[in-house]
Amino acid sequence: MAPVAGEVSVAAPPGAGYASLRDERRRARRSRRHRRDLRWSPYVFVAPFFTFFAVFGLFPLLYTGWAALHRVELTAPGRREWVGLRNFSRLLDDDFFWNALANTVTIGLLSTVPQLLIALGLAHLLDHRLRGSAFFRVAVLTPYATSVAAATLVFVLLFGRDHGLINWALGLAGLDAVDWQNGDWTSRIAVSTIVVWRWTGYNALIYLAAMQSVPGDLYESAALDGASRWQQFVHVTVPSLRPTILFTCVVSTIGATQLFGEPLLFNGGAGATGGVNHQYQTLGLYLYEQGWVNLHLGRASAIAWAMFLILLVVGAVNWLVARRLTGGGGER
Amino acid sequence: MSRTTEGKRQLTGGRVAHAVLILFAAGSLFPLVWTAVAASGTSGRLARTPPPFWFGGHLLENLEIAWTDANLGTALINTTVVAGSVAAGTVFFSTLAGFAFAKLRFRFRNALLALVIGTMMVPPQLSVVPLYLLIAELSWTDRLQSVVLPGLVSAFGVFFMRQYLTGALPTELIEAARVDGAGSWRVMWHVVFPAARPAMAVLGMLTFVMAWNDFFWPIIALTQSGNPTVQVALTGLGRGYVPDQSVIMAGALLGTLPLLLAFVVFGRQIVGGIMQGAVKG
Repeated sequence: MAPVAGEVSVAAPPGAGYASLRDERRRARRSRRHRRDLRWSPYVFVAPFFTFFAVFGLFPLLYTGWAALHRVELTAPGRREWVGLRNFSRLLDDDFFWNALANTVTIGLLSTVPQLLIALGLAHLLDHRLRGSAFFRVAVLTPYATSVAAATLVFVLLFGRDHGLINWALGLAGLDAVDWQNGDWTSRIAVSTIVVWRWTGYNALIYLAAMQSVPGDLYESAALDGASRWQQFVHVTVPSLRPTILFTCVVSTIGATQLFGEPLLFNGGAGATGGVNHQYQTLGLYLYEQGWVNLHLGRASAIAWAMFLILLVVGAVNWLVARRLTGGGGER
Repeated sequence: MSRTTEGKRQLTGGRVAHAVLILFAAGSLFPLVWTAVAASGTSGRLARTPPPFWFGGHLLENLEIAWTDANLGTALINTTVVAGSVAAGTVFFSTLAGFAFAKLRFRFRNALLALVIGTMMVPPQLSVVPLYLLIAELSWTDRLQSVVLPGLVSAFGVFFMRQYLTGALPTELIEAARVDGAGSWRVMWHVVFPAARPAMAVLGMLTFVMAWNDFFWPIIALTQSGNPTVQVALTGLGRGYVPDQSVIMAGALLGTLPLLLAFVVFGRQIVGGIMQGAVKG
């Protein structure tokens, strides 16, 4: 090859103002490759996400919808019998489904509302210039690093009826012991407490981040107008945080809809019933019970789709509320 | 987002603020400390009133029983493998896709990005039945790949990296590399990955924590006596394979300890990462 290259370069006088044929071809090839690279590499870069999503997300999503229209048993998953909408219509007549739905909403409210309110207050405190503020931030986030399983096991002990620490403390205060596991409302409160404990610090940090990007002159002018700290919090901080608050509402709602680990492990060995009277059985738990305890995969799929539809409705409501909020406050 | 506002308007805290924060910190940390207290005694001690508030002398013994009876040795190794692979995969694939969405032009870019964000709304419950059938078909029940593969990509990760790279990676830098004749992979390797490193670290940590604590899918795909992750093994403890409460607490402690240690070491970075993700996300 070398002699050829030499020959060609000799044939093309240096600095003559035109490239040799070979150079030109090489440049053309390179620019073609360059163009091809520019054109296709974005797709190559996003391909892994969409490939995995198609296999482990989209396909299962559609398949669940299809399975929900069949009778499928875990014992023989290959045998499917078309039943149309019967899995869905049975859900509508199923007391346990409505019970689970009501529990999901109840526990969702009991955990989300206090969680976000406390987080807002906590973030406000963390926004102060304090000694040891780095420590406090890490400390309130630690529950986030604790798994559902570990946290629930500890809280089961803390909420014990006879020897639990919480009832002992209530006793010190002169109150009666509470049956946290078997009561209707007390058990729901206890399950919600675990959620609140695990997620409050996380949400507080999200609020704190948003608070720190609120422009300082807003506060200065509010202070000049004679607003107290509390008034500044209500009239400056909270309105500026609206998008963030909405974001945490959506995320927490999604989380609450899927609540599963806490109620599964809160009933010390009773399985997926969510308490002796199903008093804290959530939709996620009910799905698990139908599919993997009672082995009705078709019905489990129907529950999954019902959960999805509920989430869509919640999402739409959130969106409407958000539009009203931003329309009412943001512009004016 | 402006970087300068931090600290510009920080209120100076009074004693009350400090006291309330100490209370919150105590409330956050107490259950964890008490797990260790409960794990260090006998179960008889837990059945006493008042409950114990200080450490006993049986911690190692209980840890040993939990370790052998609940398969926790296997579980800890499994969880490390799973969380490590999931975090590595998520970071790598998210950076690729995040870069494409942030800096490259291509047809359907906005539609595809909307699709990515849309997938965040789909609850994991919606895919467990077919996923289970799929891994049963492949005989992957109790195999770690059944937990790793579905976790390798994350819509949140793609979105997170896109937001970061949009701001942190100057387009001129990419153009300069291209003028020098670098192809897309070289640009990726020599320009994007170095620029993305801080966000990659944050995403890696968050994903690791999430994968370590993942519960719903592992408990369906893996079994307690076979090849569990820590969370699945702990479920076995809670359901009374081991009736001893102190041993259960020892297991809970073992399952949490690695992440707690990570929090002691990297706590500030994790906090910073969550706050950064929140503002940009």
